[in-house]
Amino acid sequence: MAETTSARPTYSSGQTYTRVPTVIVEDLHVVYKVNAGVGAAASPVAALKRILTGGPVGTVREVHAVRGVSFVAYEGDAIGLIGSNGSGKSTLLRAIAGLIPPTSGTVYTKRQPSLLGVNAVLLNDLSGERNVVLGCLAMGMRKSEVTPRVAEIIEFSGINERGDFASLPMRTYSSGMAARLRFAIAAAKSHDVLLIDEALATGDAKFAKRSEQRVQELREGAGTVFLVSHDTSSIEAACERTIWLESGVIRMDGPTAEVLAAYQEFTESSGS
Amino acid sequence: MARGADDTTARNWFGDDGDAERQAHQRAGDDGSAGTAAGEAVQASVAPPHRSMALDETVILPRQPELGQRSHTPLYRPEDRVALLETAVIPRYRDEPDQPPTLSELAARYGLKPAGARPGVGEYLRELWRYREFIATYANGRIVAQFGQARLGRLWQVLTPLVNAGVYFLIFGLILGTSRNIDNFICYLCVGLFIFNYTQLTASTSVMSISGQIGLVRALQFPRASLPIAMSLMQLQNLLLSVVVLAGIVLVTGEPLSFEWLWLVPALALQSLFNLGLGLFLARLGAKIIDLRQLLPYILRTWMYASGVLYSVEMFTLHLPSWAAPIMHANPALVYIELARHALMEGIPMSSPFEKLWLMGGAWAAVALVLGFLYFWRGEPEYGRG
Repeated sequence: MAETTSARPTYSSGQTYTRVPTVIVEDLHVVYKVNAGVGAAASPVAALKRILTGGPVGTVREVHAVRGVSFVAYEGDAIGLIGSNGSGKSTLLRAIAGLIPPTSGTVYTKRQPSLLGVNAVLLNDLSGERNVVLGCLAMGMRKSEVTPRVAEIIEFSGINERGDFASLPMRTYSSGMAARLRFAIAAAKSHDVLLIDEALATGDAKFAKRSEQRVQELREGAGTVFLVSHDTSSIEAACERTIWLESGVIRMDGPTAEVLAAYQEFTESSGS
Repeated sequence: MARGADDTTARNWFGDDGDAERQAHQRAGDDGSAGTAAGEAVQASVAPPHRSMALDETVILPRQPELGQRSHTPLYRPEDRVALLETAVIPRYRDEPDQPPTLSELAARYGLKPAGARPGVGEYLRELWRYREFIATYANGRIVAQFGQARLGRLWQVLTPLVNAGVYFLIFGLILGTSRNIDNFICYLCVGLFIFNYTQLTASTSVMSISGQIGLVRALQFPRASLPIAMSLMQLQNLLLSVVVLAGIVLVTGEPLSFEWLWLVPALALQSLFNLGLGLFLARLGAKIIDLRQLLPYILRTWMYASGVLYSVEMFTLHLPSWAAPIMHANPALVYIELARHALMEGIPMSSPFEKLWLMGGAWAAVALVLGFLYFWRGEPEYGRG
């Protein structure tokens, strides 16, 4: 895979580096502006008072989700991202995908990374089939490429296992079915960089196995895969490198077995 | 100020960030008395007199780090990490010599580009062209979804303008019996209504095109202008159906069918371009100011009252001061309504001469499209921010 670049660059230390970086994250900070918009502070009287006194507009609060993260990901890497809830994993993925602009720092990528997450909303009033076409086109595929593959994608998602759901609007789907369809759509294209947000956790054991296999295939297609999950076993199965985020800072970055061991120790000690 | 005077010793300035302003005044006072730099002398004269009380004392200022240069920020602390991947290239400190390249150098070496950066105008247009199939499919999908839950489905695309026209016929034609010096007032009203509705619907769907699809925007990377463009396409399709309905109304109310009707094609084309520009503009504005969604209906209604939909355009010249009438006549919605009326109807009062209407229509379309597109394009990296 490293042979994609003809000349191997040599650095000042004299060492030759053969791996090709696909994603470089440099000192990344992401600050969210969250419009709380609920509770007593959002009452009309309070809003009027704020306008009159020139206070901060709305109930905007800032959340510093990612604080100075730097790392390099290489071609063929499958990197797991772990951390407790709200540690900034999903935000980091979105920033890598270029979907959330960084507050400071830079994310360098070779080509457009694709985020495939359970939060990805397609058009709920459209049928599963139409959503497959739409999703594929939105990823930059041509219509002539998409049409012959629709059946295959629906087959992979397994939404037709209990009757013809593909022709029903997506709002009639269970959350698991919708998540499986989204995964199937995103996995239909070979991506240089694929970002998966807890997708493997959804769906039954059969689907988990299929998707694991697909992730493996995508990796072999010279891509880089990022996998965010709370389920350490799926990371163990799919990734050999793991980054552990805690409150927006990289706590550990290394071989999956070591990082997971340290992480488990951490969660057990903080739990007791 | 006694404490202040005590504090003005050289040592105490160090690490005293809150006193930066005082330092500046202090320094300006020193330099001003020496007459070194003209600019600083000016600053000294502005400084309040009590600031210069320590003029004779020597003040050593801490060296300020230069802007844009970070002082030894560790990009990565070795103790944070248990095991290094064998070949991972991660620099420890930027300023240390003989270290592996910095991350940005490494990125440049392998041709990696900052994610989510804004492409150039030309590249953005090419990118949009590449996504034309997505835009068309998305517009189509939204049309289907529009009436997806209604039992009559897409029949509402025709029924909506018909019902609309029926309501106005009932009120103005049968109940009020208005004519307002126009022979065929029902037809006059309907043309105005249908044409204005086109711009109104494009505006109100475009303003939501980004903010209403934030999930799609955050999930997939595609040129964001695809969404407002698709909304304009969707409303264009709705319009084509309502034009058929409108043609029926025009004929039923007694207007003759003539070759003049062909003028409607370029008029609607110009209006569509104007709508597209307006839609792009509103899409970014609506993504930035969420409350615009609530405000827009009132803005649009005011615009409709100012566009001569419900009354004869002669009212402008009759009731407004001479300086205000030309401004009202330049209203783009009025211009496109007048062009359509001119194409479909005979012997009606016009707000401006025919040629001037075309000129204004073309100018509005060009200005709206160029400015709207540029405005939207400039915001490209921002869409999807929380």
